[in-house]
Amino acid sequence: MSDHVRIISVTENNYDTKTLEFVTDDEARPGQFYMIWCPGMEEIPMSISKVDGRTRSISVKRIGPDTERIHSLKEGDVLGIRGPYGNGYDLTPGRKYLIIGGGIGTASIMPAVEASGADTIIGARSERDIVLRDRAEKAASNVWYSTDDGSFGFHGNAVQLFREKQAENHYDCVIACGPEVMLYFLHKACVELDVDCQLSLERHMKCGAGVCGCCVMDGSRVCRDGPVFTRDQVSQLKDFGVQKRDECGRIVKFRKG
Amino acid sequence: MSALNTAVGKVTLETPGMVASGIMDETGESMVRMLQAGAGAVVSKSIGMEPKAGHANPCFTEVAGGLVNAMGLPGPGIELFKEEMEIATPKGKIVGSIAGGNVSEFITLATKMEEYGACAVELNLSCPHAKGHGMELGTDPALVKEIVSQVKGSVKVPVWVKLTPNTHILPQIALAAQDGGADAVVAINTLKAMVISPEFAKPFLSNKFGGLSGAAVKPVGVRAIYDLYKVVSIPLVGVGGICNWRDAAEYIMAGASAFQVGSAVLTDGPEVFSRINTDLQKFMEEYGYDSIASMRGVANE
Repeated sequence: MSDHVRIISVTENNYDTKTLEFVTDDEARPGQFYMIWCPGMEEIPMSISKVDGRTRSISVKRIGPDTERIHSLKEGDVLGIRGPYGNGYDLTPGRKYLIIGGGIGTASIMPAVEASGADTIIGARSERDIVLRDRAEKAASNVWYSTDDGSFGFHGNAVQLFREKQAENHYDCVIACGPEVMLYFLHKACVELDVDCQLSLERHMKCGAGVCGCCVMDGSRVCRDGPVFTRDQVSQLKDFGVQKRDECGRIVKFRKG
Repeated sequence: MSALNTAVGKVTLETPGMVASGIMDETGESMVRMLQAGAGAVVSKSIGMEPKAGHANPCFTEVAGGLVNAMGLPGPGIELFKEEMEIATPKGKIVGSIAGGNVSEFITLATKMEEYGACAVELNLSCPHAKGHGMELGTDPALVKEIVSQVKGSVKVPVWVKLTPNTHILPQIALAAQDGGADAVVAINTLKAMVISPEFAKPFLSNKFGGLSGAAVKPVGVRAIYDLYKVVSIPLVGVGGICNWRDAAEYIMAGASAFQVGSAVLTDGPEVFSRINTDLQKFMEEYGYDSIASMRGVANE
């Protein structure tokens, strides 16, 4: 449902990302999201990056005018939130999870890391793009890093690092959020290695609540049936890694190769 | 066993519930999903001439008893919608909802929808939040008659007209649609509504106002169908706040030959159709209605 919350803290995570904390009485689960709004911006979906008692946070990378507007908010300012929406990650006890965050996708997986303490991989372009490292290191049994430029941790991408760690540790299930190209190759690897996975996907949203159908991939609503889809569900999604729909509902193909 | 099949004029339906326009019906695959969930037909998203992004977010919020939205008729435009229809029409009945801004646009849109395989067209003369469209045209009886008769002269498929409750002359408008040759009247669209954020001292929706749908509007819709049943002789399709068999039965007893479900897809998911079908059939069995037709309009007698 719709609510207004006061921001209790703003933390600068790095050069382009800030985390805003607030308190609310919902029953948010790891992997869910809010629709975020305040005057001066379009309402946008944001992963919940902390679920700690009544405390919640969103971690926002500055990529355009709306995220710029969120970055201008200070402690004590008011934020409109709708939600929590979406299904969230399934963290059934007794399974051995590996959790992977790519870039700002790390925001989405962090509550799952903190709820489970599972081994974690954070992938980023460069050392300066790694976010929420302190929280991952506090909560996870092991944290490994990959950077595309080799400036920190494993030199390469998160999927390559996953293959190494999977060979060593034989996880039952991978939980991941990140750019679709990362998730595409991660899904391929999971199918090939026969590891279960739960991937958090993203599409242009309007209602966020499962009514309008703007965010569908094939016939599945990312906002309501997802955003987290299982390996088998993802295998059925013809749009995955191939195309998305713009705000008019027109098909936009992803660049090949 | 009571029969759930019904007909809206020449359009026969295996089950009486259809997906209302604007709900999970902008893409071919989602329309197929709704057909598979037990909808007797799917009314497509209202399609206009050109690709349209609709209103900026926020364009939706939940309120007590329903939803308020001002999507602003987003859609890919009639040319591109062909691909979506090609996926959906082989799987079941699709009613092509169209939103033109004038008579000639409605003719073009209806002709295209017929060509794409729509079993009927539904003229959106009732959207309360799209400038120059919908309700801005659909509250003028003379214009309604003109649009309907021109569209009727251009297509062979049945022409349905979806009307707005945001008027005190709904019966006159329905009569104008009938005079124009409409094959059915669909009522109601959403009620013009507003939500204000006290914290920000502003309307919540970017469009400021939108349309209220969901359980809260059901009694308004039932009353509209009840009144229209006395006035027009063409079939009626009831829509507005239907969540369960009881709501559906109310609309049918008020005079509807079939009904549409929209907002309940939020609360109940696409499964709402199979549940309504099962429960409605159970009710009909227990209370001795052997068909939808035998139940239609009985509250008027």
